[in-house]
Amino acid sequence: MRAANAIVKAFEEEGVKHIFGIPGGAIIEVYDALYDSTITHILTRHEQAAVHAADGYARASGKVGVAFATSGPGATNTVTGIATAYMDSSPIVVMTGQVPRSLIGNDAFQEADITGITMPVTKHNYIVTDPTELLPTIKEAFYIAPTGRPGPVLIDLPKDITAAEIEYNYPSRVSLPGYKPKRKGHPKQIRRAAELIMEAERPVILAGGGIILSNASAELVKLAETIPAFVVTTLMGKGTFPENHPLCLGFVGMHGSKYANYALTECDLVIAIGTRFSDRTTGNVDSFAPYAKIIHIDIDPAEIGKNVRVDVPIVGDAKEVLKEILKLINYKKRKEWEEKVNNWRRKYPLRYQNDGKLKPQYVIEKIFEIEPESIVTTEVGQNQMWAAQYFKTKYPRQFISSGGLGTMGFGFPAAIGAQTAFPEKNVVDIAGDGSFLMNIQELATCVDFNIPVKIAIMNNQFLGMVRQWQELFYKERYSATCLRCKELRFDKIAEGFGGVGMVVERPTEVEETLREAFEIRDVPVVIDFRVERLENVFPMVPAGAGLNQIIDG
Amino acid sequence: MANMANKAKANNSNSNSRYTISVLVANKPGVLARVASLFRRRNFNIESLTVGTTDRDDISRMTIVVNGDLRVVEQVMKQLNKLIDVIKVSDVTEKSVERELVLVKVKATSETRGEIVELANIFRGRVVDVSKDSVIIEITGDEDKIKAFINLMRQFGIRELARTGMVAMQRGEKVVSV
Ligand SMILES: Cc1ncc(C[n+]2csc(CCOP(=O)(O)OP(=O)(O)O)c2C)c(N)n1
Repeated sequence: MRAANAIVKAFEEEGVKHIFGIPGGAIIEVYDALYDSTITHILTRHEQAAVHAADGYARASGKVGVAFATSGPGATNTVTGIATAYMDSSPIVVMTGQVPRSLIGNDAFQEADITGITMPVTKHNYIVTDPTELLPTIKEAFYIAPTGRPGPVLIDLPKDITAAEIEYNYPSRVSLPGYKPKRKGHPKQIRRAAELIMEAERPVILAGGGIILSNASAELVKLAETIPAFVVTTLMGKGTFPENHPLCLGFVGMHGSKYANYALTECDLVIAIGTRFSDRTTGNVDSFAPYAKIIHIDIDPAEIGKNVRVDVPIVGDAKEVLKEILKLINYKKRKEWEEKVNNWRRKYPLRYQNDGKLKPQYVIEKIFEIEPESIVTTEVGQNQMWAAQYFKTKYPRQFISSGGLGTMGFGFPAAIGAQTAFPEKNVVDIAGDGSFLMNIQELATCVDFNIPVKIAIMNNQFLGMVRQWQELFYKERYSATCLRCKELRFDKIAEGFGGVGMVVERPTEVEETLREAFEIRDVPVVIDFRVERLENVFPMVPAGAGLNQIIDG
Repeated sequence: MANMANKAKANNSNSNSRYTISVLVANKPGVLARVASLFRRRNFNIESLTVGTTDRDDISRMTIVVNGDLRVVEQVMKQLNKLIDVIKVSDVTEKSVERELVLVKVKATSETRGEIVELANIFRGRVVDVSKDSVIIEITGDEDKIKAFINLMRQFGIRELARTGMVAMQRGEKVVSV
């Protein structure tokens, strides 16, 4: 069988239904084989978007996302997408074409050392140098990407290999002596954790994205209710715990609510699950949870003790570990703490001034009110933080955002991926005008494939988050952050691509426009919300400050 | 790991010490690049790194000497462990034999040559080349011995120095193998 056909067959065997990508000379054989496949190929208009779409697909569905690109510029265009997936532990497989083996190293046309380039941003990568390695490599890639701490795997494929004749014998197992992720937690540490939980008077659960990856939300809810403990989530942990639950304090960290940050600062026990204690979550680590013992549950041993000191480390899969802990604990009323936190919650609610102007927070509240089951993706900046604050996520994999790398331009193609996985759902990209421009070409993909993603632009005509920093910390010197362009009409651009464009200037128009947009099921809809330009995201913990040093609006 | 913990307690965990790590890796192209890339990206400093095959063709051993506090070295080991091609990572700082081979080309005149050779003999070094105005000495030993010898040679003038980097093996029953 031609290797290219074997590749496609192997991908089919792995259960791949969708591939995002763009062809080119070095990967043309594989595309030729795809022509006869049951797999749907979604032709994006930029390789970066193909990888973000595969990533969004993976985050929404829990399945491995797949992207293809050709050699050289096609391959280098995937790098931001791969790094984004790597930072957020998203399982994707990226396959790039490469120049024929005889030309590698010669600076041949469209040659780029993509395995060298992506080494620090992939969980693992391969260049296939022998046709007999091809199928085992694909098998390994699909094994490595979603297991353990998930992440992107890249396979680089020289063109002559894709044209070679090989026997199709797809392996049923992998042999990787250096890769044995640990799922079960250490019983002694689990007992220690249970003891600390029972002793604690002011416990708080810090829930991270690892819970989503481990599908452990049900166990998390049970844990919180059994103890009982308040739950704060990281940005990546949004969705692990229903935000309308009385124990949920929402998202914590730089732009978390005051009550969430106070609770995390004043508690006497942090139960951290599937989180890497990023600086955006902890603030200044020296003043992080100063009165607390810390239990840290994570599948990646390297995360334990990396950023904060830990009293009880548990290496294992969140679901497995929580199940074990649940066997050892029982309910204990902690009235004083409960009242204290609920007081904070009453005293310092998330708020914004509703003064008749069009506020982004209001728009997001309305999106949630009208379609609370929507999958929401975000771009990066203020839009992302407002979305995290005001879209009250109900279930895991509902909120999709570039947390680690903070990639502007991620949200829209990620929404395409999510919509591809769930054609019946409403998928909304909560966007900033700056970020949307970074992958706006994907409107063509949406029109081409009838992907009815909604792009809700919080259009402040600024690189808003950077402008906010300039306002607060750089004496309002707005260096290179104004995006006002004589007459930039996002609605017209949408129409130019064959989608639908809408403009909203007043709060009274929000609801009706959204309802109208959600009716559209065959083309993308761009809604240009002309929001209050100088609105800021509050509360805010300045970079490097402690979580209780909060600036209010 | 237990080793390191004890050592740290004794030393105070914030101070820098020297650690020797033995790493078994799959003998595949690119493994060295992966390890090097990891050290650079994580901002770890390598003092020395050696690679060679083991008794099995498909497995190589890297011996890495790093300087750092306990937390850094723990991170080094954990991050190394995450590389798919890394099979085993062990701290062999304690109770191990460490050896390095060094070639030194020293300036030598008819007056100094005798003294140089004598010193080399004391250190169980070997003269492996003699020319009109220099000699090459081959010496093996642990870090202290090599340092001492090189320092002694400085007075004569070192013209060239080549070091293999450290290899190490734990004494007694203990083995680092798959
Ligand atoms: C690719 C990329 N470039 C630059 C940045 C730095 N950055 C962070 S937020 C931001 C502004 C985003 O502006 P916009 O998309 O309009 O969103 P807003 O903050 O106004 O909601 C910038 C430039 C980034 N995160 N990603």
